[in-house]
Amino acid sequence: MSSYYEDSARGRLDGLLDPGSLIEIVPPTERMVSPHLRQLDTPAAFDDGIVVGEGRLAGRRVLVAAQEGGFMGGAVGEVHGAKLTGLLERALDTRPDGVLLLVESGGVRLHEANAGLIAVSEVMRAVLAVRAAGIPVIVLDGGTFGCFGGMGIVSRLCDAVVMSEEGRLGLSGPEVIETTMGVEEFDSRDRALVWRTVGGKHRYLLGEAATLVEDDVAAFRAAALALLDQLSDRGPDLSLAALEAEHAVLGSRLERFGGCRDALDIWEKLGVEEPEKLPILDTASFLATVRDRRV
Amino acid sequence: MRDWNLQGRNRDARLARAAALTEGKRVATADARALLEAVLEPGDRVCLEGNNQKQADFLARTLASVDPARVNGLHMVQSVLALPEHLDVFERGIAAKLDFSFSGPQGARLARMVADGRISVGAIHTYLELFGRYFVDLTPRVSLVAAQAADAAGNLYTGPNTEDTPVIVEATAFKRGIVIAQVNELVDSVPRVDLPGGWVDFVIQSPTPHYIEPLFTRDPAQISEIQVLMAMMAIKGIYAEYGIQRLNHGIGFDTAAIELLLPTYAESLGLKGKICRHWALNPHPALIPAIEAGFVESVHSFGSELGMEAYIRERPDVFFTGADGNMRSNRALSQAAGHYACDLFIGSTLQIDLDGNSSTATLGRIAGFGGAPNMGADARGRRHASPAWLKAGREARGDSGQMPRGRKLVVQMVETFREHMQPAFVERLDAWELAESAGMELPPVMIYGDDVTHILTEEGIANLLLCRTAEEREQAIRGVAGYTPVGRGRDLRMVENLRDRGVIRRPEDLGIDKRMATRDLLAARSIKDLVRASGGLYDPPKRFRNW
Amino acid sequence: METLSFEYRGGRSVASPPPSVLVGVVGSGNLEVLVEPAPLGGICRVEIQTAAVGFGTTWQAVLDDVFARHPLADVRISINDVGATPAVVSLRLDQALDAFAGGFQP
Repeated sequence: MSSYYEDSARGRLDGLLDPGSLIEIVPPTERMVSPHLRQLDTPAAFDDGIVVGEGRLAGRRVLVAAQEGGFMGGAVGEVHGAKLTGLLERALDTRPDGVLLLVESGGVRLHEANAGLIAVSEVMRAVLAVRAAGIPVIVLDGGTFGCFGGMGIVSRLCDAVVMSEEGRLGLSGPEVIETTMGVEEFDSRDRALVWRTVGGKHRYLLGEAATLVEDDVAAFRAAALALLDQLSDRGPDLSLAALEAEHAVLGSRLERFGGCRDALDIWEKLGVEEPEKLPILDTASFLATVRDRRV
Repeated sequence: MRDWNLQGRNRDARLARAAALTEGKRVATADARALLEAVLEPGDRVCLEGNNQKQADFLARTLASVDPARVNGLHMVQSVLALPEHLDVFERGIAAKLDFSFSGPQGARLARMVADGRISVGAIHTYLELFGRYFVDLTPRVSLVAAQAADAAGNLYTGPNTEDTPVIVEATAFKRGIVIAQVNELVDSVPRVDLPGGWVDFVIQSPTPHYIEPLFTRDPAQISEIQVLMAMMAIKGIYAEYGIQRLNHGIGFDTAAIELLLPTYAESLGLKGKICRHWALNPHPALIPAIEAGFVESVHSFGSELGMEAYIRERPDVFFTGADGNMRSNRALSQAAGHYACDLFIGSTLQIDLDGNSSTATLGRIAGFGGAPNMGADARGRRHASPAWLKAGREARGDSGQMPRGRKLVVQMVETFREHMQPAFVERLDAWELAESAGMELPPVMIYGDDVTHILTEEGIANLLLCRTAEEREQAIRGVAGYTPVGRGRDLRMVENLRDRGVIRRPEDLGIDKRMATRDLLAARSIKDLVRASGGLYDPPKRFRNW
Repeated sequence: METLSFEYRGGRSVASPPPSVLVGVVGSGNLEVLVEPAPLGGICRVEIQTAAVGFGTTWQAVLDDVFARHPLADVRISINDVGATPAVVSLRLDQALDAFAGGFQP
C-alpha cells in the first residue's frame, strides 16, 4: 500500500497511470517558471507546482494534471493556471476518454493574486467546456494540503470527486474561517473538528464526493477507473432540468441541516447510529456503517 | 527553655486562621483566594505543583490574584515554570525568589524579569536535585498541588498523572507544612489512594480540570528520512552493539523514529528480545507498535500521556497500574530508575562543543534542564553489572589497568544542522554568553562532555569512550559534525585514522544502505496508524488528528 | 535569493542517460534537483537558486563530496533550494544522480 496523502504529485501520477505511459507537457526541463516569484525574491519551481500531461489508465486515454502541495501549498499562479487551462483545452482537441485532476491546493497564489484569480476563472470555464463536450472530468482529492479556495470551486464543477478521508474539500480554509469569524466559531487547531467539517467522510455523506477510498494510490486508481467507465457510458446530464434538480437538492439540504452547529448533528439527522464513532472507522467499516445514509 | 515545636505551632496558627473557611477539609471554590491569604505568610517558601505535563493551574491563578499587601516576598520552589501566572506572581510582588528546574515556554520572559531584577533566582536544578533539596534546605512551608479527585477525608486520587505530587506532599506534610490540593472532582470514595488524606490539609474543587500538556506525543508524519537513517544507525550501531536492554529515551522526533523502527528494522536484524526490553519512559504513543510486536516487557513512567489511558489499562503486564486499572506514575522514582537502573540514555540537544558538552540554552532564554542531566549522566553510585555497562566500561578503560567498573551509555543524537541552517556543533556554547548576561554562576550545560559516550549524527557515530587523548576526542567530534564549520575544520587524516580504529563509524561502516532510509521503514507513519496499532485503544488529543 | 554556480571536471559521461531526472520538491527545508545530459565538453555544471543566502562555502564542500561519489561529465544539475540542510541536499543529489546513472530509482 502506498500512501496517496504522503506522496508527491509525481509519485501519485507514477502509481496512478499505467507504468511509463505519462508524456508530460511543458516538463521541468522547459523551465517555464513563474515570472512573478523571482521579482518577489521567492524560490520558484521548474514545473510551477503542477504536472500536466497525457497518459493511460488501464489502457484508457486520459489527460492528467497533478498539483504539488509541497510547493506553496499547491497555490495557483499564472503559469500553474495556464498549464491547467491549456490541458483542459487540449481535451477539446484530442478528445481523450477523460481528464483526471489530482488537486491539492490552498487556492490562488497570493504572490500573483490577479493572475491567479484570472487563471482560476479560466480553469472553471475550461472545465465546463470539456464537460459540455461529453468528456468526463474527475477530481482526486487526498493530499496533505487539501483542496480549498478557487480549486475547491473548480472541483465541484467537475463530474465527480474521489476522496480519501484524509482529503479535505472546502471554499475557505480552516485558518481563514478562524481569522475571519473568530476562534469561537471555528477552531482551526482542533483538527478533529476540521476533518469532520471538510474531510472526506463528511463530503461523502453530503454527496459531494462520489467515492470514498482508502489512503492508497492503488485505491484512487481503481476508483478513477470505475468512475471513468461509468461516466463514459452515461455521459453528464447538463440539461436545465438536471440543473434545477440539483438546485432543489441543495435547497432541501440547507433546509434540513441549516440549523446544525456541527457535522455530528448532521450525521445524527442522517440516521447514523453513534455518529461520534464515524471518524475513527476505517474506510470499509465506515462505508458499511453509512450505507443508505448519504444525502 | 527552647521551644522545639515552633513549626508545629505556626502550622496550628495557620489552620486556625483558615478554620472559618473550611468544612472538614473542603474549601469552596469561591473561597480559594481567601484561603491562600489566610494560610500564607510573607516570605513563605511555597511549592506550586507544575511540570512539563500536569499543572495546578487553578491554584497558580489564585496565587497570582492574592493581595500583595498581605502575601509577599514568597520564595517559590517548583519543577517547571510553564504558565504565565508562574511569573505574574513575581510581577505583582507576591513572590521574590525562585528555585526551579525548567522554564520551557516562559524562558524568554523569565530572562527579561531576571535582567530587570524582578526575580532573584536561587539556582536552576535537575529534577532529582530539586526534589532532594525539598528534603534538605528547600522544604516548602505551603504546597499547592493538583489531583484528579478527593474524598471527604482528603484522600487524593491523581489518576495516571501522579508525577511530582508524592514528593512535594511528603516533603511538606512531614515538616509541619500545609498541603492544599485542587481537585477536578469531590467524590464519596476515591478509586485508589495516591496520597493519604492525613497528609493533606485542604481540598478545593477547581472550576475546570487541571491542565495536562500532551508533551510526549510526536506525530510520525513529521519524521524525516534523515531521522530514519539516524534511527537505523542508533539501532545497529549502538543498541545491537551493546545489547541495550534497559534504557530511557529523551523527547523528540529522533527518538520517536527509533521507537517506530523497532518492529521493522530491528526485527529484521533479529534483535527482538535482545534489545529494548525494559524502559524508564513516559507512555510514548510512538512505542505502541514496538509493544504490540512484543519488544517491550516493562515501562515505568514519570508521568502519563494524554490519550494513552485506555491503552495502558489494557496492557497491565507492561505498565505500572493500580487496582483501579490506571497508571501510577512517579517522576522522582522514574528519574532515579533512569539514572541508576538504565544502561543507556539517548536524547537530542541544540548545541555541542568540541569537548562534547551539550546545551539547550539559547541567548535571551533561561530554559533550565528538567530530567535530561539525571538520565544523561554516568551513575557513579551504580554497583550492579550488566553486559552493556561492562562493555562501555571496558572501552573507556582500554588497557590502562585501572580498576574495572562500568559506564552508562549517554548518547547525544543530533542532525548537524537544525532548522534555518543553525549548526548543532559550535566552538563555544551560547551557554557561556547566557551565563554572563544573566549573572549565572555557571554556564547552563545540560550534559557535560565527560558523561557523553557517543555522538550520533547523520554523518556517523563518534564513540568517545575509545578516544585516548583530548585531541582524538576533538577530532572524533569534528569527524561527525558534517558540513558545519566545526566539521569542516577536521584533520582529514586523523579522522580517517579514527574511522579505521572504529572510533568513528559511518553508515556504510555499519553495513547500512542509506537508500533503505525511507519513511516506509516506520511501523506507523501517522497518528492514525498508531491508533490502529493500539487496536483503537489510543485516543489522541484532537490537535493530533486528521480524521 | 542567491544564485550559485559550480563546475567540475574529470568525470565520466553516462552511456545512455535518461532525458532528465527530477527529485525533490521546492518546499521549506527541501529542494528540487533537475539532472540533464548536456554537451558541456566534459564538465559537470551545477546551478543553484537558494533562499538561504551566504552559504556558498557550505555548498562547495557538499558538492565536492557529491562529485567525488558521482564523478559525472556532460551533465547539467539545476537546483531550486528552500534552505535544505546539507544532509538533505546530499540525500537528494545522491537520489537524483543514482537515478540518472541508471542505478537505484528513488
